[in-house]
Amino acid sequence: MAYADPPSRKSWIARNRLSIAPWLFLSPALIFFAIYVVIPIFQSLSISLYEWNGLSDAVYVGFRNYVDLWDDPKFWISLKNNVIWLVLYMLAVPLGLAVALFLNQTVPGMRFYKSMFFFPFVISQVVVGLIFGWFYNPDFGIVGAIWKSIYCEEVINIVGNVSVRCSRTPPDILGDPRFATYGIIFAGLWPQVAYCMILYLTGLNNVSSEQIEAGRLDGAKGWRMLRHVVLPQLWPATFLAVVVTVIGALRSFDMIAIMTQGGPFGSTNVLSYYMFETALSEYGFRYGYGSAIATVLFFIMLIFISFFLWQMYKEERRG
Amino acid sequence: MFHKSKAALAAFAASTILATSAFASELVINFDDLNPGPKKGFEDAVEAFKAANPDINVTVNINDREAHKTAIRNFLSADPPDVTSWYPGNRMGPFVDAGLFEPIDDLWAAEGLDKDMAAIQPTMTRNGKIWGVPYSYYQWGIYYRKDIFDKLGLDEPTTWDGLLSACGTLRDAGVTPFTIGTKFLWTAAGVFDYINLRTNGYEVHNDLTAGKIKYTDPRIVKTMENWAQMIDECGFVENHTSMSWQDAIAPFANGDAAMYVMGNFSVDGYKNAGLTNDQIDYFQFPEITPGIPMAEEAPADAFFIPSGAKNKDEARKFLAFIAQPEIQSKWNETIGQLPPNSRATVSDDKFIQEGFAVVSNAAGLAQFYDRDAPAEMAKAGMEGFQKFMVDTSTMMEVLEELDRVQAEVYK
Amino acid sequence: MFPTPIQRTSAPSRIGYQVFLPVAMIIWLLPLIAIFMTSVRGLKDINSGNIFGWPTEFKLIENYIAVFEASPALMYLMNSFYITIPTVIVAVSLACLAGYGLSIYRFRLALPLFFLFVAGNFVPFQILMVPVRDFSVRTGLYDTIQGQVLFHAAFQTGFCTLFMRNFIKALPQELIEAARVEGVSELKIFWYVVIPLMRPAIAALAVLIFTFVWNDFFWATVLTQGETAKPITAGVRALNGQFVANWHLVSAASLLAAVPPVAMFFLMQRHFIAGLTLGAVK
Repeated sequence: MAYADPPSRKSWIARNRLSIAPWLFLSPALIFFAIYVVIPIFQSLSISLYEWNGLSDAVYVGFRNYVDLWDDPKFWISLKNNVIWLVLYMLAVPLGLAVALFLNQTVPGMRFYKSMFFFPFVISQVVVGLIFGWFYNPDFGIVGAIWKSIYCEEVINIVGNVSVRCSRTPPDILGDPRFATYGIIFAGLWPQVAYCMILYLTGLNNVSSEQIEAGRLDGAKGWRMLRHVVLPQLWPATFLAVVVTVIGALRSFDMIAIMTQGGPFGSTNVLSYYMFETALSEYGFRYGYGSAIATVLFFIMLIFISFFLWQMYKEERRG
Repeated sequence: MFHKSKAALAAFAASTILATSAFASELVINFDDLNPGPKKGFEDAVEAFKAANPDINVTVNINDREAHKTAIRNFLSADPPDVTSWYPGNRMGPFVDAGLFEPIDDLWAAEGLDKDMAAIQPTMTRNGKIWGVPYSYYQWGIYYRKDIFDKLGLDEPTTWDGLLSACGTLRDAGVTPFTIGTKFLWTAAGVFDYINLRTNGYEVHNDLTAGKIKYTDPRIVKTMENWAQMIDECGFVENHTSMSWQDAIAPFANGDAAMYVMGNFSVDGYKNAGLTNDQIDYFQFPEITPGIPMAEEAPADAFFIPSGAKNKDEARKFLAFIAQPEIQSKWNETIGQLPPNSRATVSDDKFIQEGFAVVSNAAGLAQFYDRDAPAEMAKAGMEGFQKFMVDTSTMMEVLEELDRVQAEVYK
Repeated sequence: MFPTPIQRTSAPSRIGYQVFLPVAMIIWLLPLIAIFMTSVRGLKDINSGNIFGWPTEFKLIENYIAVFEASPALMYLMNSFYITIPTVIVAVSLACLAGYGLSIYRFRLALPLFFLFVAGNFVPFQILMVPVRDFSVRTGLYDTIQGQVLFHAAFQTGFCTLFMRNFIKALPQELIEAARVEGVSELKIFWYVVIPLMRPAIAALAVLIFTFVWNDFFWATVLTQGETAKPITAGVRALNGQFVANWHLVSAASLLAAVPPVAMFFLMQRHFIAGLTLGAVK
C-alpha cells in the first residue's frame, strides 16, 4: 500500500514548506526594494550613457558624458571637496571618543547631560544648516556680532542712522570660497560628533572592567591604558563610527543645499549636490550627465560598501 | 492646501454643473506666483474672465515660482493644463523644441496683437512662430537714495564718467555706492547685462546669449574691464556673496549704500524696509560708449497653451481675453508693472511712469541674461560673474571657462 | 571603568569636573540656545543687532503664531506626520518578515540577499534620483504623500532588514525548532513565537526610522513640487525664502521642525540608543 504512505499524501507545499517559506516572508520587502532601489541603480547606470533632458527622446552617446566630466572643472572641484569632507568629517570619530570619555562618569544628572550632548544628532540637517548659516552671517549673525564688538565702532552715517565702521571687515565664512566648505563641514561635525559619542558611550559600557583593573595593576594608565586596553575593546564601536561617518560625508547634501547651494561660484559643490544641480535644478535638466556624476559617486561609495560587507562576511563566518 | 481645495471645489462644482448643462466647458490654468500682489492681479483677471464667460468653469492651480520652474517639466508631458504661465526668450526654447507648446500666430493676427504688442513680438517668437501672450513686463535700472544724492548735491548721472564721479563723491562721504546680494547669482547678471548693453549694444547681447560670439571676444573683455572699473571706482557692499537680493536692501535702507541695479519689483521691498517715495528714485543705466542706442532689460511674463491641452478653444479665449488693453491696464496697476499691450494705460506710480518712458524709447528689450541664454550657460555665466566680482583679477580665467561651457552647450 | 571614576580622584579635580560639565554642555548647545533666544525676540532686537543681550521684549507666543499664520507651516507639519507614520509601519513590518526569512531559514541565497539589503541601504541617493522621480511622475505618485511613503518605506527596508535579521539571529533558535516539531505553521511561529520576542527591536526601529524619515530633505525636494505634499524640512526651506531677514521667524520655524523628533528622542531614549548601536546609518 505504498500510495497510502503518509509522506507522499502531503501536498507539495507541505513537503517543501521550509524552502518556500523564506521566499514568502521575503517577497514583499524584495519587491519594494527591487522597484525603488535595485532597478533604479541599473537604470541610472544606463541613463548615464545617454543625453536626455527629460522632455525629448534620449540620445545614446556612449561614454561621452564621462569624457565631458573629465574636462569639467566643476566636477574636479566637487570631487576635491568630497575628499576634504571625507578627511575632515573623520574628526568626528576621535572627537566623539573624547566627548564620550569625558561623559563616561557616574555623577548625579549624568543621564541628562548625555542626552543633551546627543541632542544635535536628532535635529534635521536642514535645521542645523539654518542655525549655522545664521551663526556665520557677517551682518546679522553671531560671528558678525562678535567681530563687530572687537573691530568695529558705531558711527552715525550720512542719513543719521547708526552704522558700523570696522578696522577689519568681518569674515564672510560662507561667502568666501576659502572658508565656505570648512564652515559647512564644521557645522556638519556637530551632529556627527554627537553620533560617534553615543556609539562610544555604549561601547565603553561593555569594556571589561577586569581587564582595566588588570591593566591598572600592570601600571598602565591614561593614554597607555586607552591605547592598549580600552581601544582594542572599542573596535566594534570604532568600526561603526567610521562607517557611518564615511557614509555621512559622502551623502552630505542637505547642509550644502541650505547653506550655500554649492556657492560661492561653485566652490562648495560636492558630487551629491553637483549631480542634483545638473539634473534637477532651475538651470539644468541634464539627466544623462547627472547620472554620470551619480555613477562616479556610486562607485566611490561602493569601495566603502564592499569593505563593510567584507567585514560583515568575516564576522558571519566566525559566528 | 487652500489652492488645491479650491480647485477641488471648482472641479466638484463643475461636475455637478456638467450633469445639468451640456454646454459648460472647462479651463485649467497653472500660474506661478504666490506673492500676495501678483496672486491678486491674476485672480482678479480670472474673475473678470469668468464674468465674461459664465459657461466656462475655470480651475486655477497656483504654485510658488521656484517650484513651478521644475514642475512645468512634469505637467507639460504628464498632465497638461490648458494654459500655463512661463517665460519668453530662450526659456521657452526647450518646450517649443520638444513640441510641448501650441503655436498661436493666428490668435495674434486675429486680435491685432502683432500691432499692439509689436515691441515684444520678437521674444515671443521661435522657429518662425509665436508661442504665447505676455501679460506683464517691468523695467530694470538704477534705484537710488534721492535723499543722499540731494544731500551731496548729486544729480542723476547720464554718462559713465558722471556715474564714476558720483561714486567718488559718495565714497568720500562714507557711503558705499552700490548694494547687491549675489548669493542667488542672477543679480550679478543684471549688472553684466547693462554694462554689456551700454558698452556694445543690443546686438552683441543677443549674439552672446545666442552663442554666436565668444566670451573672450574683445568686446566682451571690454565689458568686463568697464565692470572692473565700476567695482574699483564705485564699489559694491562687502559680503555680497552671502546676501540675497532682499538682504541687500538692508544697507540701502539704512543709508550705508546709495544705489541698486535692480528690477522694478524691488520697489515694494524698499517700501517695506521703511523707505518712502521721497527717499528713493530711479534713473536709466547711464551711457558708456557714446552713440550706442540704449537698449533695456525688460523681462516679460506670459501665458502659453500646452500642446496637450484638452480645452484649446477655451484656452485661446483666455489668452485673447488677457491680451486686451483694459485687462492688462488693471492687472499691471495691481502688481506695479508695465502692460505689454501698447494701447493699455500705465499706472501713474512714479517708478512705473519713469520706467515706461525708458522702455518705450528703448532701442531693444532684453529678457535678462538667464532667460536669453540657455539655462546651463546662464548658470555657468552667473557663477563666473560672481567670481569676477569677488576678485576682478580672475577675469580672463572666468571668460575662458565660459568659452569652454559655451562650446559644450551650443553644440 | 575607564576613565577612572571621578569619585576616586582628588577633591579639586572632582569639583572641577562638576563645574565644567554644565559649562561644556552650554558651549556644546550654544548654537541651539542662540537660535532659541532669537526665536523669542521681537523685530526690534533683530534689527538693532541685539543677539546676546537679554531680549527687550518676549515674543515667544507671537512669533510662533506668526509662523503658523503667515505660512502653511501647520500643513507642512501634518504632511510630515502623514509621511512618517505610515512609512514607519510599512518599513518595520516588511523588515520583520524579511528579517525572519533571512535569519531562520537556511538557504543558499540568504547571505547574498542579506548583503543586498545592507548594500542598498548605503548607496548614494543620487544614483536613485532620476529613475525614482521618473517612476513617480509616470505612476502619478509625484507630488503626493503616498509617493514619498512608498519610496521611504522601500529604502528604509534595507536598514530595517539588517537590523531585524541580526536581532532575530540572536534569539534562541530552540523555541522555533520546538514549535516546528509540534507542527505549528511557519506563519503562526512567526506571529505567536517570534513577534512577541521582537517587541524591543520593533520599538527601537520605529523611533529610529521616525527620526530618519522626519529629517529627510533630499527626497522631499525631489518628489514634491507644491505645498500640498511637502514635509516640514522642505517647508522650512521654503519659509526661509519667504521670511528673508526675519530671523526671529526663521528661527521659530526651524525649531518647530525639530520638536517632534526631539520629543520622540526624549520619550524613547532607551530604545533610540539601543537601535543606534545596533548599526544605524543615517
